[in-house]
Amino acid sequence: MARETALDLRTRLQEWIPKLVLAPSVAVMLVFVYGFILFTAFLSFTDSKILPSYGLVGWHNYWRLFQLPTWSLAIENLAIFAALYIVICSVIGLTLAILLDQKIRGEGMLRPIYLYPMALSFIVTGTAWKWLLDPGIGLEHTLHLWGWTSFHFAWIKESDFAIYTVVIAAVWQTSGFVMAMFLAGLRGIDNEILKAAQMDGASNWNLYRRIIIPQLRPAFLSAFVILSHLAVKSYDLVVALTGGGPGRATELPATFMYSYTFTRNEMGVGAASAVIMLMTIAAIMVPYLYAELKEPK
Amino acid sequence: MSAVSQGTAVSNGRFTRVLIHVTLLVFALFYLLPLFVMLVNSVKPLGEITGGNMMALPKVWTIQPWLEAWSTAQIGVQPTGLRPYFINSIEMVVPAVAISTLMGALNGYVLTKWRFRGDTVLFGLMLFSCFIPFQIVLIPMARLLGLMGLAGTVPGLIFVHVVYGLGFTTLYFRNYYAAFPTELVRAAQIDGAGFFRIFTRILLPLSGPIIVVTVIWQFTNIWNDFLFGSSFSGQASQPMTVALNNLVQSSTGVKAYNVHFAGAILAALPTLFVYIVSGRFFVRGLMAGSVKG
Repeated sequence: MARETALDLRTRLQEWIPKLVLAPSVAVMLVFVYGFILFTAFLSFTDSKILPSYGLVGWHNYWRLFQLPTWSLAIENLAIFAALYIVICSVIGLTLAILLDQKIRGEGMLRPIYLYPMALSFIVTGTAWKWLLDPGIGLEHTLHLWGWTSFHFAWIKESDFAIYTVVIAAVWQTSGFVMAMFLAGLRGIDNEILKAAQMDGASNWNLYRRIIIPQLRPAFLSAFVILSHLAVKSYDLVVALTGGGPGRATELPATFMYSYTFTRNEMGVGAASAVIMLMTIAAIMVPYLYAELKEPK
Repeated sequence: MSAVSQGTAVSNGRFTRVLIHVTLLVFALFYLLPLFVMLVNSVKPLGEITGGNMMALPKVWTIQPWLEAWSTAQIGVQPTGLRPYFINSIEMVVPAVAISTLMGALNGYVLTKWRFRGDTVLFGLMLFSCFIPFQIVLIPMARLLGLMGLAGTVPGLIFVHVVYGLGFTTLYFRNYYAAFPTELVRAAQIDGAGFFRIFTRILLPLSGPIIVVTVIWQFTNIWNDFLFGSSFSGQASQPMTVALNNLVQSSTGVKAYNVHFAGAILAALPTLFVYIVSGRFFVRGLMAGSVKG
């Protein structure tokens, strides 16, 4: 009898072990991710300035946020940056993937060259491009020395164009990764279908337009999701490349949130901007993850 | 997601093939240009940079900028060079990677081989946590680290990186173990093997590749992190990325571009090294985080 209870206890313990092992991670996630999200959301409705404080002010911070020219500028910049970043990365990524897929002898050499920027920190990328784009010592200066004296390229110093330099550096960093995603997609396409279409006299252009590119839909979707979430989170690159300048010309929501919360002591407004950022990403990620997880494995 | 090294069945004429090769090479130059400029200018005396051509090879070769970046350059207020920050980064990365990988492996094991009601929902919540903009947790985390007495310390940063790395490490191991035959686990269970015994004897020995992928991913991400490093570190616990940024942005005195370039390469070296020796796994990690494997 006693032995049976002991055995029973042991089996029951065995049943609980998996849940106990998972428990710390679940607790950590619930508290530090979802609990913190709720806390920040709560702060966005309070009069927090330099420190959290708990006087409720309703939607005031959101109202103030959307009155601030800096925030409008950050949103505008994000729209420009994200659109160009996603489109250019996809175009370059797809082009390189298609070209690399033409039985290129040096593929093994080229692929790592296209991809290595992904291993670098955005701070390193920003530092490198900051000097490359600097008219005084970078590309402009070099081309002048090479004899093209009328060459002018000083976007990084011009308020209206500085945001495009962020696009250049970001595309440099991530387009190789997008190439790898498309290449994996291309390698998954059945060559038999292509051969059959070729026998029917389809041109290469039509092969790609009608058969191959439509089959890359999952890769396009992944690229879009990854790139858009990277765009919304962009912070380090702007800090290293332009410092948000010249003036505030390259301010993005991420840099806005940081400066309002930690240097301008407007924590309520900073929290509200963080909530808006989260909502933006959730609008993209939640449907995507839901679809990914719903499918039977 | 195995990259089969076999091209498409589409074929091209001779002229097109030349054009393709030229285009690919031009892009290769585009990707290599910044690295080339950094390398070349990090071994030049400063005068050759400000007065000369950034594309030109050095007339006088010197490793002085590297020595300066490593041990004497002014970072913040102190002329310590980047060395102490490099050490901070290592002290932060090693435990953070080890702990988050181990926890991710156990989580993946539970979520695939010991399934229970609601496990997919839990996993979904963990997965979403990988993608949140971390701005949403900065304020409460800063408060919490302060309360725990970990503000401005390396252990504080380790804690933060473990917490926000768990989603990805769990994702990797879950996807990997999902393809692992559950019958083996059941058979071992019938033979009386317990939870941990099955894990250490059956799954772990076969987890080599996914461990490498996860470690590389975590190492790269944590080493390259700037947001947490700049938000939660103190002067003495700054990681390499934050110190590099301070070095480059410092506005005092003459801008020593050659030292900045040497510093940038020093900051990039560990992750570049990992990428060069195990690029295949690096790419797999990137893919596993985006496309279903």
